[in-house]
Amino acid sequence: MEYILIVIAAIFVNNVVLSKFLGICPFLGVSSKINTSIGMAGAVTFVMVIATMVTFLLQRYILDPLGAGFMQTIVFILVIASLVQMVEIILKKISPALYQALGIFLPLITTNCAVLGIAILVIKNNYNLLEGVVYAAASAIGFGFALVIMAGIREQLELANIPKGMKGVPIALLTAGILALAFMGFAGIVK
Amino acid sequence: MNRIANLTRGIFRENPTFVLVLGMCPTLATTSSAINGMGMGLATMFVLLCSNAVISLIAGFIPDKVRIPSYIVVIATFVTIVDLLMQAYTQSLYEKLGIFIPLIVVNCIVLGRAEAFANKNGVLDSALDGLGMGIGFTLALTILGSIRELLGNFTIFGLRVLPKDPSWSRAAFFHEPMLVFILAPGAFIVLAYLIAIFNKIRKQ
Amino acid sequence: MAKVESTFKNMTLTLLIITLIASAGLGLVYQSTKGPIEVAQLAKVNNAIKVVLPDFDNQPYTEAYTVKADGGDLIFYPATKNGQKVGVAVKTFSNNGFGGKIELMVGFLPDGTINKIAVVSHKETPGLGDKIEPSKSDFSVQFEGKNPATFKLKVTKDGGNVNAITASTISSRAYCDAVSRAYNAFMKGENNE
Repeated sequence: MEYILIVIAAIFVNNVVLSKFLGICPFLGVSSKINTSIGMAGAVTFVMVIATMVTFLLQRYILDPLGAGFMQTIVFILVIASLVQMVEIILKKISPALYQALGIFLPLITTNCAVLGIAILVIKNNYNLLEGVVYAAASAIGFGFALVIMAGIREQLELANIPKGMKGVPIALLTAGILALAFMGFAGIVK
Repeated sequence: MNRIANLTRGIFRENPTFVLVLGMCPTLATTSSAINGMGMGLATMFVLLCSNAVISLIAGFIPDKVRIPSYIVVIATFVTIVDLLMQAYTQSLYEKLGIFIPLIVVNCIVLGRAEAFANKNGVLDSALDGLGMGIGFTLALTILGSIRELLGNFTIFGLRVLPKDPSWSRAAFFHEPMLVFILAPGAFIVLAYLIAIFNKIRKQ
Repeated sequence: MAKVESTFKNMTLTLLIITLIASAGLGLVYQSTKGPIEVAQLAKVNNAIKVVLPDFDNQPYTEAYTVKADGGDLIFYPATKNGQKVGVAVKTFSNNGFGGKIELMVGFLPDGTINKIAVVSHKETPGLGDKIEPSKSDFSVQFEGKNPATFKLKVTKDGGNVNAITASTISSRAYCDAVSRAYNAFMKGENNE
């Protein structure tokens, strides 16, 4: 039951992008086509779950016992950066098809603050390993969900007649604002 | 002359928020009030200034292939220093900004300036560039925070600008602060219009 | 200046040196901010104690003790004046806030009456749930001088005596949850004495 709550809360109520403001850059950057946004969502899910697992274990079994909690930021970001590289190399070797699909998005993920943000939040919220992984996966799904909806809207927006000053980033932000407003309607379905 | 240009570039012509549209996460997340936005801007400015200066000094000694990881270590170090200092001396602000302090490390502006400017220029120019970008970012966040606080709470920096008095407000066309501007949707909407307005001014 | 070549030896060496310098620097900063961070945290707790209790002349934090409650520990800070018990500040919490954990400092007079309540930390929504802070709204005032023996610590919607913050029932419920957790632990301690 607790896990279901974590999942629903992370996808709808506290959506990473629309309510926690994590991962805005890729959200605005790669949300103009549905296909690319699905690819990005897949890559993020993949990296986020693995990164959360690795950073969790590092924090629990290395940083905490050493009393080196203040090294968290530096260690986590290095882990994520090298993890992304490793995932890229491994995928290339064992599953060229998957690499074809996700490959170009992987380098972008290092600077996706959702990955580092979720890794830190799992530690802050005192989750255990399983809860942390469920939370990371749900957050990633929430990210993908927002990304795909946004892409769907933006594909339609291409055809619309938008005032000149609002073209590009402003209209994308405005759309995101209205989406966030819609997602606020989910508040209260948990608890 | 050139030096001044390095400083002012980030403030207006290449403003990181309004023109380059970088570092959107903290921009949207921490501007629910003017003071929070300004605090976030200043913390980022410190990191930008220090990391730009240090990276311009060591860039020559770093092999090309480990460039990015090295820069990340430098940036993460300064982020952690800010984190510790804020925890010690500005606790209430530190708690409000929460995880967005450690997340400065993935703010595209910082790594972006290291890559685009600091690794090809001298210490002083790089420091000025970092300072200018930092000022531009701080200004943008403070403006955004002030507007959201004003519309959503009728205050700026915690000072009451419009009274919450029902008799006064009946004459005006709005009688309660528009809470939505402090909440998540307001962040997107205000920033959307600010960028549109900024584009308009810049083109003239 | 010629660029250093990207040989394996050079790369490892550079990364190693940078990381070493970085960790050494951080270690230094950590050591020198450790004291001030502790002082700041202590000052925060002390301020909260001062706000929620009537005048006292001892150092409550030196006499603090923890009490186990469901879901975590509560910290009790007993206050005295001229050797007389004047009240106890209880640092309590609730995990049911809208944004997660809410931590409160509740000041009880010796008979269990609530003197005042301060917010230690929370992650509630600005403009909505953050009205639990005394500086943002009068929500916390309704608890002052009430004894939970007669004042039901539940929002009116759930059949209690607490007027919830408009549009923030979840935050209000969590607040009541934290206060009643403190009260129950407080009364348990009083009855054992």
